[in-house]
Amino acid sequence: MGLTEQQLYLYLAVSAAMFTIGTIGVLIRRNAIIVFLCIELMLNAVNLSLVGFSRYWNDPAGVMLVFFVMCVAAAEAVVGLSILIAIFRNRQNVRVTEVNLFKW
Amino acid sequence: MILLLAPLIILLPFFSAAFIGLAGFISPNFRQQEKLIGGIATLAVFIPFLLLCAIFAGFEGNKLTFEILSWMKTGNLNLAFSYQLDQLSILMGLIVTGIGALIHFYSIGYMHHDPGYYKFFTYLNLFIFAMLNLVLGDNLVVTFLGWEGVGACSYFLIGYWYQDMEKAMAAQKAFIANRIGDFAFLVATFIVYNQLGTVKYSEITLSGESAFWVGLLIFIAATGKSAQIPLYVWLPDAMAGPTPVSALIHAATMVTSGIYLIARLSPGVYMQPGAESVLVFIAVIGALTALLAALIAIAQNDIKKVLAYSTVSQLGFMFIALGAGAFSTAIFHVMTHAFFKACLFLGSGSVIHAMEHSHSVKDPQDIRTMGGLLKYMPQTGWTFIISTLAIAGFPLTSGFFSKDEILGKTFAAAHYSGWYYFVWVIGVITAFMTAFYMTRLTYLTFGGNKRYPADAHVHESSPIMTVPLLILGFLAAVGGFLGLPEVIAHGHYNWVSHHWLNYAVKNQELHASVTTEWILILLSIIVGLAGMYLAYSIYKKYDLAGDEKIKAFFGKFYKVLENKFYVDEFYEAIIVKPFVLISQFGVMPFDKWVVDGAVNGSGFVTTVLANVLRRLQTGIVQTYAIIMVIGAIITLAYLIL
Repeated sequence: MGLTEQQLYLYLAVSAAMFTIGTIGVLIRRNAIIVFLCIELMLNAVNLSLVGFSRYWNDPAGVMLVFFVMCVAAAEAVVGLSILIAIFRNRQNVRVTEVNLFKW
Repeated sequence: MILLLAPLIILLPFFSAAFIGLAGFISPNFRQQEKLIGGIATLAVFIPFLLLCAIFAGFEGNKLTFEILSWMKTGNLNLAFSYQLDQLSILMGLIVTGIGALIHFYSIGYMHHDPGYYKFFTYLNLFIFAMLNLVLGDNLVVTFLGWEGVGACSYFLIGYWYQDMEKAMAAQKAFIANRIGDFAFLVATFIVYNQLGTVKYSEITLSGESAFWVGLLIFIAATGKSAQIPLYVWLPDAMAGPTPVSALIHAATMVTSGIYLIARLSPGVYMQPGAESVLVFIAVIGALTALLAALIAIAQNDIKKVLAYSTVSQLGFMFIALGAGAFSTAIFHVMTHAFFKACLFLGSGSVIHAMEHSHSVKDPQDIRTMGGLLKYMPQTGWTFIISTLAIAGFPLTSGFFSKDEILGKTFAAAHYSGWYYFVWVIGVITAFMTAFYMTRLTYLTFGGNKRYPADAHVHESSPIMTVPLLILGFLAAVGGFLGLPEVIAHGHYNWVSHHWLNYAVKNQELHASVTTEWILILLSIIVGLAGMYLAYSIYKKYDLAGDEKIKAFFGKFYKVLENKFYVDEFYEAIIVKPFVLISQFGVMPFDKWVVDGAVNGSGFVTTVLANVLRRLQTGIVQTYAIIMVIGAIITLAYLIL
């Protein structure tokens, strides 16, 4: 059932594209929710490459790790969205550039 | 058996001070309980007195020792809070606790209604604790702790009414003058340890150069504590404290600690070869101090100041005795002086109390506004007169015997060095002046005409104050029979010097022929009576105007006496002023620019750097994220390439 090397490259290419899009989104978007979505995108890019490597090496450990990442991402989403709601209640928006009080 | 209770002698005053101090500090209600506070404090001194009496009664001639706590053991040094009870320390302990208990009792009445009542008794008990450490300790270090302790308590008590700036300054003056002496004590201790590897009195034997230096340094320490030239200046100012304090600390006990220490070291240091010249020096300084203080006392009008200078003068007599090598005679004079001087001070306290309560005189201590008080205060007056007779050397009183013994021994010491003739002559002159100024003081206070406003209601103090006066007056009258002169009573009847103290201290062999002794005794009688008669006849005839006669006699010199030989002004100009100038123009700029500059400079540099670096912290998450990404890319690039 294993993938050939060419097939693996496809997986990795898609994963790399997703990761780059996510990273750029995190860095340039100001809406905290979009930033959050981009973080999820990065996580899933990593998941995709994990699955691809798992099939290529015939090793289920990679797939197991994906489940863990999904669990952590779900928990992180809960906490992160609650923080976003709290910020919104205080400021009526969620622009990350304006949340800058934690400094000198 | 009694030795098991001996630690209580030291510990009771300490625990009492701790209890009264803490309870008074915590509970305002406790502070109001004047009778309770005074009672506890008095008992905490009286019980040690009874214990010492019991030890004294059962004393068999062997030194008793006990240890309360081990302190430090390093190398060959083994320090402990260990104490010894021998003839000398038992006698000193009896004086300290006996007089101390009487003065505690007296203070219950004297300090009535004072807001700091509990503090006063805390300090008094703490003082007794320190003083007992000083006289009972069996090594130099424990004595030094007590020595510092009494200095500190003296500071607290002189500055007891600390809101008055003048009194606070007097306290500081006393402390600083004492510290100079304490330094010499420390150096002497170091020399002893360096030479012998021990600081225990029983093991100290020095000779040659080290005996000379230790002897000299201990004497310098004693000039601080026992108010001799050049450090005596603090004692007259110390009269700023409450009068019971002057009686206890600055007359009867603390100021005699220097004499105790020299007597204690007599076998190991002062009677060793090498220290002979120190003894002569001690005698000369003692004589000069006695003369100087007696001269000043003639021209003073403050009742406590006169007594203070007479204390300095009498301490000078004790140093004359020490210098003559008659250490037990000095201790004998310490004892009789404690009796009559404590009585005089407490009597002056009673007078001041009465004058204060009459609310009609400006300065309750000025003898020029007293006069004729004997009629109104008979108990205070008569005990004061008895004590005056004692200090003036009226035959058969306590002061007569001790002072006569001092002069006799000094005369005999001339066998060793011609200087003692000079000391002896000054001693005789001072004895005459003592009789004179003390009679003047007593007459102007208790005799003659009333010089305070007629409406003032002066009355005798309460029994709580007069009972100690009566006891002390009795002792001042008869205390001298403990040390009768050798020509009258051989051996055992010369109790203090020969039968008792001779085992603890080592005296110079001083003997004069029987005829000489009788002549000297007659001379003492004549000198004392002449001084008293002269003062009595002048002041009886002219009352206060008698001072004019004295002024006429001294001429321009009287001004010098009135201003205490300008010694304070001299020290101010020679020591204090230059010190302040050096501080202001030498040390202060250094402190301000160099020391403060280094401290402030390092702070300044930190602030400047921080101002630049803190710009990196924008608070915007995405900036941090970009930096992280760049960091990750650089790391990856490094790993791959």
